[in-house]
Parts: sequence; structure tokens; C-alpha cells
Amino acid sequence: MNPEWEVVIGLEIHTQLATKTKIFCGCPAGAPEGKSVADLGPNANTCPVCTGQPGALPVLNRQVVEYAMKAGLALDCEIRRENVFSRKNYFYPDLPKGYQISQFDLPICEKGHVDIEYKFGGKEHTKRIGVTRIHMEEDAGKNLHMDEFSLVNLNRACVPLIEIVSEPDMRSAEEAGAYMRTVHAIVTAIGVTDGNMQEGNFRCDANVSVMPKGSTKFGTRAEIKNVNSFRFVEKAIEFEVDRQIALIQSGGRVVQETRLWDSAKGQTFSMRSKEEAHDYRYFPEPDLIPVHVDEKWLEKVKASMPELPTQKKARYVTEFGLSGYDAGVLTSSSSLAIFFEETLSLLGGAAKGLAKSVSNHVAGEISRLLNEEMIDITAAKLSPRHLAEIVKLQAGNSISSTNAKTVIGLVWKNGGVVEKIIETEGLAQVSDTGALEKAVEGVIAANPGQVAEYRAGKDKLLGFFVGQSMKASGGKANPTLLQEIVKKKLSS
Amino acid sequence: MLNEKYTTITAIHDAFDRKELSPVELTRDTLAAAKASKHNAYLTLLEDRAMEAAKRADQILAETGKVPRDRFPLLGIPLAIKDNLVIDGVRTTCASKMLENYIPPYTGTAVDRLEKAGAVFIGKTNMDEFAMGGSNENSAFGPVEHPTHPGYVPGGSSGGSATAVRANLCVAALGSDTGGSIRQPASYCGVVGLKPTYGRVSRYGLVAFASSLDQIGPFAKNVEDAATVLSVMGGHDPLDSTSSSRPLENFVAELKKPLDWKGLRVGIPKEYFIDGVDATVAKTVRAAIAWVEKQGAKLVDISLPNTPYAVSVYYIVAVSEASSNLARFDGVRFGVRPPDAMKVGDIADFYKKVRANFGPEVKRRIILGTFALSSGYYDAYFRKACQVRRLLKNDFDRAFKDCDVILGPIAPSTAFKHGEKAADPLKMYLNDILTIPCNLAGLPGMSLPCGKNEQGLPIGLQVIAPQFRDDLVLRVGHAIEKGYV
Repeated sequence: MNPEWEVVIGLEIHTQLATKTKIFCGCPAGAPEGKSVADLGPNANTCPVCTGQPGALPVLNRQVVEYAMKAGLALDCEIRRENVFSRKNYFYPDLPKGYQISQFDLPICEKGHVDIEYKFGGKEHTKRIGVTRIHMEEDAGKNLHMDEFSLVNLNRACVPLIEIVSEPDMRSAEEAGAYMRTVHAIVTAIGVTDGNMQEGNFRCDANVSVMPKGSTKFGTRAEIKNVNSFRFVEKAIEFEVDRQIALIQSGGRVVQETRLWDSAKGQTFSMRSKEEAHDYRYFPEPDLIPVHVDEKWLEKVKASMPELPTQKKARYVTEFGLSGYDAGVLTSSSSLAIFFEETLSLLGGAAKGLAKSVSNHVAGEISRLLNEEMIDITAAKLSPRHLAEIVKLQAGNSISSTNAKTVIGLVWKNGGVVEKIIETEGLAQVSDTGALEKAVEGVIAANPGQVAEYRAGKDKLLGFFVGQSMKASGGKANPTLLQEIVKKKLSS
Repeated sequence: MLNEKYTTITAIHDAFDRKELSPVELTRDTLAAAKASKHNAYLTLLEDRAMEAAKRADQILAETGKVPRDRFPLLGIPLAIKDNLVIDGVRTTCASKMLENYIPPYTGTAVDRLEKAGAVFIGKTNMDEFAMGGSNENSAFGPVEHPTHPGYVPGGSSGGSATAVRANLCVAALGSDTGGSIRQPASYCGVVGLKPTYGRVSRYGLVAFASSLDQIGPFAKNVEDAATVLSVMGGHDPLDSTSSSRPLENFVAELKKPLDWKGLRVGIPKEYFIDGVDATVAKTVRAAIAWVEKQGAKLVDISLPNTPYAVSVYYIVAVSEASSNLARFDGVRFGVRPPDAMKVGDIADFYKKVRANFGPEVKRRIILGTFALSSGYYDAYFRKACQVRRLLKNDFDRAFKDCDVILGPIAPSTAFKHGEKAADPLKMYLNDILTIPCNLAGLPGMSLPCGKNEQGLPIGLQVIAPQFRDDLVLRVGHAIEKGYV
């Protein structure tokens, strides 16, 4: 981070809502159960409304309004009781009507905030980020560019989105990444979106500017469009900050423009400048009446809200004595929290005592593997049943913590039965006193010099004997038992 | 020709009952008349579809003996449909080159309800391009000839429907009214034309001109037929969010109730009899009003002070919405593509070539609307217009405290000659001053023939009532029609 410059970041997050049907017609919003949208034939999910046939009219899907309200409540927003759809007019081949139905000056949610926590420079930080507004809108179709022509697929046209707009409150790429992760955790936890980032169901535009430290006047901003990964957002912002600082320092000027992130090159590049920017000519959508949210409806939606990640996190800390950081990792995605809780429920009465051990594995090795492969836990071969078994065996000293990790790694790769893996891989922990004594005796006999030093008062050497004995046992010795035997043998 | 002999729904159904006429016979003659006509009222004739519907009607009659009026209130009735209303598989042009080859994949709600009620669709009628105009001279497929006075315009934009009804090329027809496009041609052609309350008839399937003003309505030979058509096609439609869920009256039954003239307060707005209104038109309309007074109704002088702003407000609101509604005709999905589409330089060039398919009036309105909505002008034009629109509505709300219905002229003049106003768009726009207020306020309004000028050109009386009092418009119109016309 450049100490002379301050970075200002605001994010606009687009989230596809997981409703059954589209926002303004009865077409399915996604693929049938068990299929991917990629499997759908071109324009399979379309009708006169979402293809923008002349004379067809939009009818608002109430589920979309409820999901937007849920997102608003989860992000501590005020719900606007009378909110209005507007037309955003622009020409693009994937936009059937020549305008997008969105919300403009009277969005459904306003004035919310999100508390983020993140590690930076080895320390944990917390910060409150303002949420300016959340509005509902329809998605556009998708263009497929061939060599000499382009094709348009309108399966995605009219699929419901919410756009969550933050205040320009973030001051670093880390904060922006943490904000995006937190919002992702919240909207997936309340079930309004599947949050699938590969399919673009959760993506963001980042507004980035720099100003000299201490200045109160924001610099000219560039907008980085359509970034669909947490890491890319951080990288894109880092690149953009460096680019802008270098530009200003070399006597240049940042121009207001839209940029795109090229993940292969690790760079942002200009898409269009402000001079080419659209005048969207927003005006109230005359085909829809204002959305009226009455007290009864709002109360019903409030009552249907599930436990939020922040509430869940606090519960994990008090109920299971987890650290704030670990609890944060477990609640960062609802599927991870579900995995954690299912593992605990399989442990039955022992759950409370073993929660920390389960948490260590989930927040540690399992999270590492998930990040490495960029998959969701629901797609992993490792099940809560596997983990419960491993944690139980570890607690009963049947395997060491190191080997527990190894077993997790093996199940991760190939699946299988935990006990069998331990047996075939020889990962069981040796608690047979006779066998361990024999190993320790061997080490003592092989190192007479160190034995003499130890007995002369060099206590530090205990670790050496334990280590050597562990090695002799092939790493399988029960460490507590082994230490006891080493101590006993050395003092006799 | 049977279409000359049997001209109203009741007369036709009675003839069906007596077996002196069959749906197939009537349809065949109507189609023949439409084909032979030189009015250019139809853009597309639906011969096969019409004959099939007529045969179905014949079958139903063969089974039931008499017309089952409850289930099929329009059984075997030849209707014409304005060419901005979509029917599945039937070319819908909006009288524009842009949609010359557009075949919609669905049927609009109002049209669908008519067809299910047994109606026979003769064809799609000519109009001003995208319903923009008041003389039917803006059709890309040539103007419509006045049904009784060659050389004169039939009015617009629903000029083809009005002409088809008056010339007996159908029994009744559908039009759309955004600023007078049903009432003004009805007045010029001497037929009944009703613009229902905004939200009374579903707009699903009506190619939008100005969404907050457009409303589908009937043309007919008399008020009763108009009431029948409205009763069939009106009412809530889940596919149109702006359609009202208020229950729909049986308007035909309403007409049977005697009108209590003595309890009726009739408002006469002074702003509707200003200098620009032709003296004969004013005299003829006042004569009808005098008759109403003679029946015992109480005349009340009322004022609608914001009427002079109506044209300005309308030509901002309507064109703004139109600029957005017509954006989809861009040559990508809709609209005629340039033959060298694959070779055009860039997307701007492509767009320019496609948009050249609009006629001059449509282009003018798209440009005006785009300007009125553009950043920096929105507040001064669109927002201001919406505020004044509210004031216009308030004028009516205030007036309707003192009266039950309003009577006045439809248009400042009778039908004019082809080309007379075509060179002066502003003059053409001002011609709409007496019909536009109903659209801006969402009120029901009807044109009822009430006399003729020296050349025999028809003059229309306008009947206006509060929102959702379409029943009152029809009942008052019906009573005047029976006693006076």
C-alpha cells in the first residue's frame, strides 16, 4: 500500500435471484432441477414477454420483491413502502425491448450497512461499510460472437437481479474483497441467490479512485465492470490503484471510463470513456404500477428471515467457544455452516466437546482445499459423516492430528471409508506401551552422549528424544503417551 | 349484398335465429365487399380464418337452433381489427414499413376474448403508422379514403376501422385511442366510437405507442353494439398490470335501464367551445345539448382551465413514451434489416439504415421524445408535463363534483381534405385538443354522431364521464341516440 495515497472504492454487486420464474413473465428463471443453464437449448426459456414482442407487457413476480426485501433486511436497509420501476433506455443487441426495466430514483431498499472483518498485516480488522441502495431489475440476454456474425440467446433475458450499491467506504483491495465475501455470505445464507460466481450469478462492478493522503476530494474514478471472483476483485483493484497512481505521478490525468478486467494478463483495460457514455433517459415504467409494500407484507417477510451469518457467528462463539475468526470462516458460506452443523449433529452427545476440533478442520485444512480447487463444499467427496468419524478417532487417540489431516486429504481425493483408509495407509496411532517402550529404549541406546547431557540438567533435550522416538515409530506414536515413556525411561 | 342489409349485432342475431341469414353467407358477402372496396381500409384480409370462424358459427347454430347469446355474444359477427393489435400468426404491420413482415407468435387478450365469443375477423385495418396521426395519411401503405366523401380523410389514427364500419365492410371494429384515435375518426365518419376508461380493457397485445395513454375500444353502428363489444373484451387481465381488477358491468343490460333525465347534471366546459371550433360544429353540438336539456337534464357551466395546455402536455408525454416503446425496432429482432446487413460498417451505420424505415411523423416523434427525456431536459419537459397532467386530471375531478357527465364536441372541425393539414404538423396536433384531455386523465369518452354540416360531413358529440363510469357514457349516449339522432 502506497503511504502517500488514499484509495477510494465503491462496489455495485449484481446478484441473480433464485426465483422459479423470471421477473416479468412465467418462464423458468433457470435450468430444470439437476441441469445447468448451459444445457438449455438457445432461447428455450422464452416467451412473448421476455423476447420483447411488440404488444407484450411485463407483470411483476412477487417473489422477486420478497427476495429483494429479504436482502434489504439482512443488510439493515430501510424498505421503501412505495417503490417504482423505471426504464433504462439503451441500445444493445442482447436487450430485447431496447430498454431495461430497472429501478432508478425510488428503489426498494436504501440506507443499509454491512460490518466486515478481515485479516491484514497479521491483524484482524473490522469496519462498517454503507449500503446506499438495493434495487430490482431484469437481466439482459447473452451475445455469442461468431466470426462473421453474432447470435443472441435470450434465456437469461428477464431473469431477476438485485443490484446492491455500496457507499465509497472501502479504502483497500482487502476491504473490498472482505465486503464482497461478506455480502455473498449473507445473500446466500438467506437463500435469495445460489451465489454461483462461475455462472455469473454473483458479480460486481468496482468504482476505484485515488487521492493524496489527507485530501477530502475524491479523485476521478474508473469503473471496472463484471468481475466474478473475490480474488479477481482484489487483484483488479490493486492493478487499477497502481495504474492510477503511476499515471498521476507521471503527470497524467485519470479519465472517467469503464474498464474490463483481463484475468489472464492480470490487467484492466479501457472499454469506453465517459464521452461515449450513455444517457439512459430514465423515466417511470408506464406498464407497471408502483410496488406497494404494506405493514402486513413486511412483517411476513421479516418473520421468514433465517439466521444471518453474523448471528450464526456470534452463536458459534458463545455456544462452542470458537474464535471469532474461525466462526467467521465457518459462516462465510451457508453450505460450510451447514457442513459444520451436520458434522456436529452426527457426533451426538460428544458434539459440544468436539466442536473446536471440527471447527479446526473445517476452517483449516478443508477451507484450504476448497480455496485451492475453487469449489463449494457440497461438491466435495468429503461428507460430514467422514469428518465426524475422523474427529471421533482423533479424540479417542486412534489417530494423531497430523494423520487426521492426511485422512481428510485422502478422502478429499478419492472418497472411501475412513477406517479402511487408516488401516491400508497404516495411519493408526500406536498406543501400545510395550511397542513404544521398545522404540524409546532404542533411541536412548543409540544416543549415549545426549542422555548424559540430559541427565546433567539440559531439559531442552527432551524434545529431541521425543522427536527421535516418534520417527522410530513411523510417526504413528500417541504423542502424549510417548512423552511420558521418554521421561520415565530417561529418569530411570 | 347481405352486409348492406344486416348491419348491427342485434339485427344479425335476430336474422340468424329466424334462419334467414347464416354466418357463412354474411361473412362471404362482407369479405367480397371488403375485397371490392376502394377505401384502402384493410391492410390484410383474413379470408381463410374468417371463413373457418363462420363455419364454426354455422355449426354452433345448427346445434343450438338460436344464437346462444350468453356464451357467444358475438357469434358470426364480422369484425375488423386495427393493425396494431396482434393475432397469432397474422401479419401485424402497424402500417409501418418497419413491421412489413412481422408475424406475432401470440394473440392479444382483447382480440382473443372477441374470437372466443364467436366473432369472425374479416381483416386488419389501415391506420396512421404506429397510431401516430389524425388523418390516416401517415400509413406506409397509403391513406384511407373517407367512407362517404371521396377526397376527404376518415380521421385517424384508426381511420381504417372507422371507414370499415361506416362502409359496411364489417359490423364493428377495434381501434386504439391514445389522444383521440378512436373518437375523432368515429366523428369524421359518422359512427359510434368509444375510448373506455384507462385500465378497463387489457392492452396485452396492443403494440404500444404511449403506454400510459393507449386504450383499446370499439367502433360500431350504434351504442348497443359498442356496449356488447366492450362487455366481451373488457375486464381484468393478469397479463396487464395496468388493467383494473374492478368487476366489469354487463353494459348491454345497463342500457336497458331507463335513464332518469331529471336527475342528470350535464357539464358544458366553456374551454370546449373556443374560437378554433368550427361554427357549424359548435351549433350542431349545442343543438344536441339543448335537446338533452329539454328532456329534463340540468345543464351546468363548468371550466376545465388547464385545457389549453393539454396538447403541449400530450405531445411531451406521448412522444417520450413512444421514443422508448419504439426502441425495439432496431433490426436485431424486429424491424426490416438492410439487405447488406452483414456488410455495414459498424453498429451505428446499421442502426441508421434500419431506422430509415420509419415514416417522417414517427421519426419526428421519436426525436422529440428522446429530447424530452434526455439528461438536462427531463425536468423542464417530461417531469413538468407529468405535473401539468396531474392538474388536468384535477380539473376533471373538480368538475365532476358539479356534474355527472360532460358533453361537447369531439374535434374542432369535420373531416378535411387529403393533404390539407399534412404539411403543418402543429396544426394537425392542435386538432386533438378536445380528445386529448380524456386520455391524459384516463377517463371514458365516446363519439356519437349528432348531425352533419352543409356538405353532409358527420359531426360527433363527445360524452365524457368519471373513471370507470363507462356505463354512464354508454347509457347517456344510448338515450340520445334513441331520442335525438
